[in-house]
Amino acid sequence: MARVLVGVKRVIDYAVKIRVKPDKSGVVTDGVKHSMNPFDEIAVEEAVRMKEKKLASEVIAVSCGPAQSQETLRTALAMGADRAIHVEVVGAEYETMQPIHVAKILAKLSKDEKADIVIVGKQAIDDDSNQTAQMTAALLDWPQGTFASKVEKTDAGLTITREIDGGLETIKTKVPAVISADLRLNEPRYATLPNIMKAKKKTLKKMTAKDLGVDLAPRIKIVSVEDPPVRQAGSIVPDVDTLISKLKEGGHV
Amino acid sequence: MLNILSNSVKTFVFSAKKQSRCIASLSALSDTYQMLYKTCRDFAEGELKPHAAKYDKNHEYPTEAIKKMGDLGLMAIATPEELGGAGLDYLAYAIALEEISRGCASAGVIMSVNNSLYLGPIMHWGTDKQKKDFVTPFCMGDIVGCFALSEPGNGSDAGAASTTAKDGGDRWILNGTKCWITNGYESLELGKKEDKLGIRGSSTCSLIFEDCEIPKDSILGEPGFGFKIAMMTLDAGRIGIASQALGIAQASLDVAVEYASKRIAFGKPISKLQTIQNKLADMALQLESARLLTWRAAWLKDNQKPYIKEAAMAKLAASEAATFLSHQCIQILGGMGYVTDMPAERHYRDARITEIYEGTSEIQRLVIAGQVLKEYSM
Repeated sequence: MARVLVGVKRVIDYAVKIRVKPDKSGVVTDGVKHSMNPFDEIAVEEAVRMKEKKLASEVIAVSCGPAQSQETLRTALAMGADRAIHVEVVGAEYETMQPIHVAKILAKLSKDEKADIVIVGKQAIDDDSNQTAQMTAALLDWPQGTFASKVEKTDAGLTITREIDGGLETIKTKVPAVISADLRLNEPRYATLPNIMKAKKKTLKKMTAKDLGVDLAPRIKIVSVEDPPVRQAGSIVPDVDTLISKLKEGGHV
Repeated sequence: MLNILSNSVKTFVFSAKKQSRCIASLSALSDTYQMLYKTCRDFAEGELKPHAAKYDKNHEYPTEAIKKMGDLGLMAIATPEELGGAGLDYLAYAIALEEISRGCASAGVIMSVNNSLYLGPIMHWGTDKQKKDFVTPFCMGDIVGCFALSEPGNGSDAGAASTTAKDGGDRWILNGTKCWITNGYESLELGKKEDKLGIRGSSTCSLIFEDCEIPKDSILGEPGFGFKIAMMTLDAGRIGIASQALGIAQASLDVAVEYASKRIAFGKPISKLQTIQNKLADMALQLESARLLTWRAAWLKDNQKPYIKEAAMAKLAASEAATFLSHQCIQILGGMGYVTDMPAERHYRDARITEIYEGTSEIQRLVIAGQVLKEYSM
């Protein structure tokens, strides 16, 4: 049976109206509702289902971030993960943390924990990077099945159906492998009250990136964060000829 | 240390059992409550809210939804895990019940009656055998319990009950009629279902006992202690109904704010008009005041402190908040509030009962006054 490592990220809740800080250094996060990245919820759900089908022996949830990331990990535990690892990243390092850093952390942990399958959400809803799964696989030199909408475990390995621009692609990989979860992979369960209570007794280990030998030195510099430009009003034209000439004027045709 | 201003005469400082805890807002509570809130909120949004109008229109008991709530552990929140419950506390119950009621007030009352009025007294006064027989099977939402106190001849005047239980040697023989019983239909399938103004998804019926024989060991507590059990059970039930009322009130505020932000009149959204803003302020104030009172009562109960006055205050405040907010919600929506296209009219009808059942507002005032007078007589 496989040991599954699931990466979960604490992000601003999808329903919150995002506001840019007046100094343009970022978005307002203080006092703002945060939750687990929705694609990561799907990843946790898939891992827990594997355990229920006896395809996985253990599910380990991992999150990189400040102290509050532990709330996200406890949600993963309440959904059925067996234990959690919190890699604490705070302050300026957290502001400039990128998928490459997280991928290095996940790769190291996968080796240390002897994971067979790594599942993460396809992208986080704050940065929309869509890089962590791919980078983790490359660092580990493992096969990757990204945008997974179906995962089947066979004796030979994994059969993964991927959602791609042209439709659905099915690939077969050996294990160990990295999967990134797409929207239609499953519908995450509600954390039941008994499981919320059980989660309190599960282990949550805290460590730093340094413990894992990962350097969090920034590779980017945030220059400015701004609102998207306000949408300009359109205009209604009387006929097709006017439309075409207006399009030509605007350089669109 | 938790500071609570108990009354105008004395200030009490309570130390919570394990750690200091502020109950002033959800975000100040531990993540157990946050996760519970999220589960209930998501469930109510996804599984109750889309069907609440249908349950109301068809007077339909939400069987599937109640079963799912049972699976989540919501039908036996404060019951210990060994017996099949979720093993949480009354504050968790209050938070959960408000969110469920915000989605569907009928689901809320079904949940409240099972938790507070049915499981509550059996957990408190039942023998081990009674708990095994009558608690465990009622935790999963497939069967629900009820609480039969009112009769055709007495509601508020509970002491004037005329249903009798005669000692028949090896059995009790019951004779009499109980009415207005929530969950009664699902429990015993007797009598006709009442056609109600609101909470139509919950069943309300009469229970008629004609030489009804029940085993001798089915008695809860000692003979003659029943009235006391009933009154103490209702104290806890008040926290439940207060939470249900908060859910209805919150739903009304949500509808009102959403509508006022979009409806244009006099050249701008009506949420910019002072008259509407006054209403919204009064609504929010009443809602949040009632919520604090409710959480205070739950906190006191969880910490084994007396809570009779506080529970009555919570129920009174929350039920009056529900009727006020749902009334103002219709007013803000204008004509749209009067038609079934919007949920405002359903909230208005659902709210009304909260000022009546589990102790009318008038009874709550008597209870509160009684406690206040006791405090002063030292």
